[in-house]
Amino acid sequence: MSANAVAALSGVTLRYGKRTALEALTLDIPARRMVGLIGPDGVGKSSLLALIAGARRIQSGQVQVLGANMASATQRRVTGPRIAYMPQGLGRNLYPTLSVRENLEFFARLFGQDAEERERRIHDLATSTGLERFTERPVGKLSGGMKQKLGLCCALIHDPDLLILDEPTTGVDPLSRSQFWELIARIRHQQARMSVIVATAYMDEASAFDWLIAMDAGKVLDQGAPATLLERTGCDSLEAAFIQLLPAEKRSGHTDLEIPPRKAHDEVAIEAHGLTKRFGDFTAVDHVDFRIERGEIFGFLGSNGCGKTTTMKMLTGLLPFDEGQAQLFGQPVAPEHIETRRRVGYMSQAFSLYNELTVRQNIDLHARLFRLPPQRHATRRRQLLEQFELQGVEGQLPGSLPLGIRQRLSLAVAMLHEPEILILDEPTSGVDPVARDRFWELLVRMSREDGVTIFISTHFMNEALRCDRISLMHAGKVLDSGAPRALMARRGHDNLEQTFIDYLKDASEAAAPPAVHESITVAAATAPRGTPPRFSWRRLSSYARRESMELRRDPIRATLALAGTLILMFIMGYGINMDVEDLSFAVLDRDRTTTSDNYVLNLSGSRYFKEKAPLQSYEEMDERLRRGEISLAVEIPPGFGRDLKRGASPQVAFWVDGAMPSRAQTIIGYVQGIHATYLQQLAQASGNDDSRPVEVALRYRYNPDVRSLPAMVPAMIPLLLMMIPAMLTALGVVREKELGSITNFYVTPVTRLEFLLGKQLPYVVMGMLNFFLLVLLSVFVFGVPLKGSLPMLSVAALLYVFCATGFGLLVSALFNSQIAAVFGTAIGTVVPAIQFSGLLYPVSALEGASAVIGHLYPTSHFLIITRGIFSKALGAAELWPSFLALLVTSPLLLLASVAGLKKQEK
Amino acid sequence: MSTLSNILQLGIKELRTLARDPAMLLLIAYTFTLSVYSSANGIPETPHRASIAVVDEDRSPITQRIIDAFQAPYFLEPVLTDHADMDIGMDKGRYTFTLDFPPDFQQDLLRGRQPSIQLNVDATQISQAFTGAGHIQQIIDDEVASFLQHSDMPSAQPVQAVIRTRYNPNLTQSWFGAVNEVINQITMLSIILTGAALIREREHGTIEHLLVMPVTPFEIMAAKVWSMGLVVLVAALLSLRFVVGDWLGVPLQGSMTLFLAGTILHLFATTSMGIFFGTVSRSMPQLGLLIILTLIPLRVLSGGMTPRESMPETVQNIMLLTPTTHFVEFGQNILFRDAGLETVWPQLLALSLIGTAFFLVALLRLRRSLA
Repeated sequence: MSANAVAALSGVTLRYGKRTALEALTLDIPARRMVGLIGPDGVGKSSLLALIAGARRIQSGQVQVLGANMASATQRRVTGPRIAYMPQGLGRNLYPTLSVRENLEFFARLFGQDAEERERRIHDLATSTGLERFTERPVGKLSGGMKQKLGLCCALIHDPDLLILDEPTTGVDPLSRSQFWELIARIRHQQARMSVIVATAYMDEASAFDWLIAMDAGKVLDQGAPATLLERTGCDSLEAAFIQLLPAEKRSGHTDLEIPPRKAHDEVAIEAHGLTKRFGDFTAVDHVDFRIERGEIFGFLGSNGCGKTTTMKMLTGLLPFDEGQAQLFGQPVAPEHIETRRRVGYMSQAFSLYNELTVRQNIDLHARLFRLPPQRHATRRRQLLEQFELQGVEGQLPGSLPLGIRQRLSLAVAMLHEPEILILDEPTSGVDPVARDRFWELLVRMSREDGVTIFISTHFMNEALRCDRISLMHAGKVLDSGAPRALMARRGHDNLEQTFIDYLKDASEAAAPPAVHESITVAAATAPRGTPPRFSWRRLSSYARRESMELRRDPIRATLALAGTLILMFIMGYGINMDVEDLSFAVLDRDRTTTSDNYVLNLSGSRYFKEKAPLQSYEEMDERLRRGEISLAVEIPPGFGRDLKRGASPQVAFWVDGAMPSRAQTIIGYVQGIHATYLQQLAQASGNDDSRPVEVALRYRYNPDVRSLPAMVPAMIPLLLMMIPAMLTALGVVREKELGSITNFYVTPVTRLEFLLGKQLPYVVMGMLNFFLLVLLSVFVFGVPLKGSLPMLSVAALLYVFCATGFGLLVSALFNSQIAAVFGTAIGTVVPAIQFSGLLYPVSALEGASAVIGHLYPTSHFLIITRGIFSKALGAAELWPSFLALLVTSPLLLLASVAGLKKQEK
Repeated sequence: MSTLSNILQLGIKELRTLARDPAMLLLIAYTFTLSVYSSANGIPETPHRASIAVVDEDRSPITQRIIDAFQAPYFLEPVLTDHADMDIGMDKGRYTFTLDFPPDFQQDLLRGRQPSIQLNVDATQISQAFTGAGHIQQIIDDEVASFLQHSDMPSAQPVQAVIRTRYNPNLTQSWFGAVNEVINQITMLSIILTGAALIREREHGTIEHLLVMPVTPFEIMAAKVWSMGLVVLVAALLSLRFVVGDWLGVPLQGSMTLFLAGTILHLFATTSMGIFFGTVSRSMPQLGLLIILTLIPLRVLSGGMTPRESMPETVQNIMLLTPTTHFVEFGQNILFRDAGLETVWPQLLALSLIGTAFFLVALLRLRRSLA
């Protein structure tokens, strides 16, 4: 590694399954420069950046960043804090329910900053990016451009020496884009030692960088200063140079796009008048009008969050509008109009195809939903795979593909059924220049030859120039519309970008005071930078805080957890009852004497049995037992009374429904008891005192009345305290994995233990709150006295809640999909806690696998403790083995989660 | 026609999605095999392996005889102990039952002085407390009677009670446990699969995409119902046939066709319930909690764990609104009692009504939540 390189890679190869992303790549990236990474989609730019950032595990080869070997976890820990990484996608690593300030604080804490430093930095960064007016706004409600600025602030919060930006301006409007680069330039001006690596699809941006690396197919094609590259290729624009650099077969067929003039058409394809949409008191779209002719390419330009997407959604019928009219081909837009949907193709801004279906399966699904005839289906699929260069990835899952290729797939799908109108919401964001040109060729052909109307939004000015007409939108209003050149002429500019920025500036100045930030004061690092500590409470609490804030932002979940357990306690406390009463029985009395009546009276008089209409025949007995109408049938033989008097010992037959064995056992017990009583009465009546030779003095301990409630209530607490806290934590990690913010864990100094404990603690607090509520409910509502010590019970509960949340975390760390985590937690808690932990049957009565589970499962131990303290007033002397078991289990679960969680993406 | 084709295509898509989640497939396989097996064997006979301790202050032939009568599988080997340990052992939950024979027990017995044995029962173990105590009394009476037989021949009882059990003659707990567990897994899996699939589509924005295509919410929902229902149905039938039938050796009676029909209706109800939950909750964490809060009462109070007769009337009536209560009854009727359509039609009717209600409410909510 040369002294001037910030990162040096040698022989780096990276494969995703069979696909090779990087192939034996050797590259030095110069330090203290603004380095651009350019190249077509899917050539390995993002993979390369993720490797440099330490977010992805190195498969083979060497990666040295800032002098550290990125394969070594120890060196990563030291160097990691000097690197900042902003992954691809609008705000993908931010937390949407948290506010701007809370997101910034979260990152600042991860880097161990104290309150004062945090405050200063957040203030500086927010002011310099113009975010200071929005600090309290939830990130989910920010526009794309603001999200990217916030992402940058979060990356800069710890004064990195190396800033890695993966397509930071994709999907960001020109004004925000220029502000974004100004911001970077100012920061670099202040901190000359900072190196920046940027992947970008915008060649106009790249031309301003110090150094460019052109990549293709996992290899470096060329590198050098932009001017050098232009010189070498003999081109006058970087866009052209980029195409020149590509291997011959990739640029073949690429010609400069020519747009034939459009034949005027009378038919109106899309028409809107006074279209208005409000979200609460915020007007997203404010009386927008437009009229688009058949075959016209109509561009929609505007700042992020100006209402473009909302307008498009209203036209597709996805969003109902509050005021105005919209018509497609003279038909009013209505969501229930299935037939108009066939004539419209829509591509949404965010990727919204199925990640679980392959590229081909996604196309097939759509073809079938649009009911293309099989012949047509096959032809279209072939054409589209070819036109969008998707043949190579046909069998792959979209999730594993780069953004640009996913966008192409979305486009292909939108055009599949050859709609008459195409509504495309930023279709080319993140798509490389060559593919973009191909795509436009297609659009132009459709418009000019087939008369397809195209309504497209874009942030690329060269694309906007290709439109027949464009509308400039800002803050829900259309500022101006017309042919692009006419608009430029109106403002007296010769380029559209400047024209657009002019319009925007006028509009925003009218609306809000200008956000001018002349002096940027991003403070230099004050704290001496050393090795980050192995364990930091601040980092831990940063995750804990974030987690509890999210919980607070979701009051439904918190209420569900608290109120839900209380309701369950009610239902189950009263519902589970082993004291079976009112068992229905019927008699087949073939004697019909007072003696037989007398015998039956013993049964029907007891509180356990309830007599149903008498039986007339065996068939009826069979039938009613089978229906479950009666669970016991009694047959008294003919001549019962006579035989009894004669001492002929008649037999009374009982048929018990054995379908539910425990109930049958109970019935048999009752029958035997009642029969014995009858015999005793008989003996007494005959004056023959046949008292028993032995008396058994029966004493029911701890619950003298053998009521179910005092036995069940203390047992419900362990049950509920296992399932609810486990489910609360179970999604903590897997959700971040599924939604993308797990990257923060990969690239910040937070350790696995801090991360997991941070996720666990808020739910432990929640669980303890739950516990105290349950105890209050037991004592004051159910009237089940707590005989033992509350502090001791609380200590046990604390240990137990650690176990329960630990179990949820373990599931979360091991699984990769939220569904599997929910299901896994349900299986892992419901069955063992209800069946194997001694709720109904003591653990000692179990055998085999269930006994093993029963002995290991924390619920068994906590159940002994709750029963012991609630009903038996026991103390530590008797209960210590159960305490010990819980004490051992909770850290074990945590350690297992730590072992199951990976600190880098595979 | 077009609706049917859409439902078919969207359903296939659901199946493909599920096939991409190997962890989920593994969990499904586990729930219908090992979990059923261990749960079936997890419900002990009552009393089964009950722990008993004896304080024998007499140490005579008769006390020894009684102690020897406590045998597996009903009792664990009796522990001989003293008074102090007896109390501690009960406190710690080591012994569910303790017996105390007084000194000179045998002597008093033979002299007809009616000696008294103390039987202590840990009443917090309510499942064993009742039946176990009765069982122990029976054993003592029997042993004492046969001990005294040679001296004092007891006459035959004036009336004999002959008790027979139907449908499960030996009252093997695992028969019931196995079928009941399959029923429980059907409910749990179908609710989670559909509910989570809906939330996932919403979190990933794919549902919005579907709605710009010629597809109606009804089709989206029907597709989830049939595809996820099918997965559970196949898994459940395989489990009944191979795990319950072959591995556990439960003799399943009754018409499988009828059982299939009932299971389909039950799945219609539970999958609709899952979608309903999916429309009620806004995120996966909310859904997970909602599911757990529903699954517990469905499992415990549907008559599969404790008899419905033992529940308070209010609870019984509330549980009548859930599909599981009817399905548990239906399953027992068919699989154990070999009942026919003339017997189970009320349950089938109830399942259809509950299913339709959930489906319609879910559809209404889905339409509204997507609008």
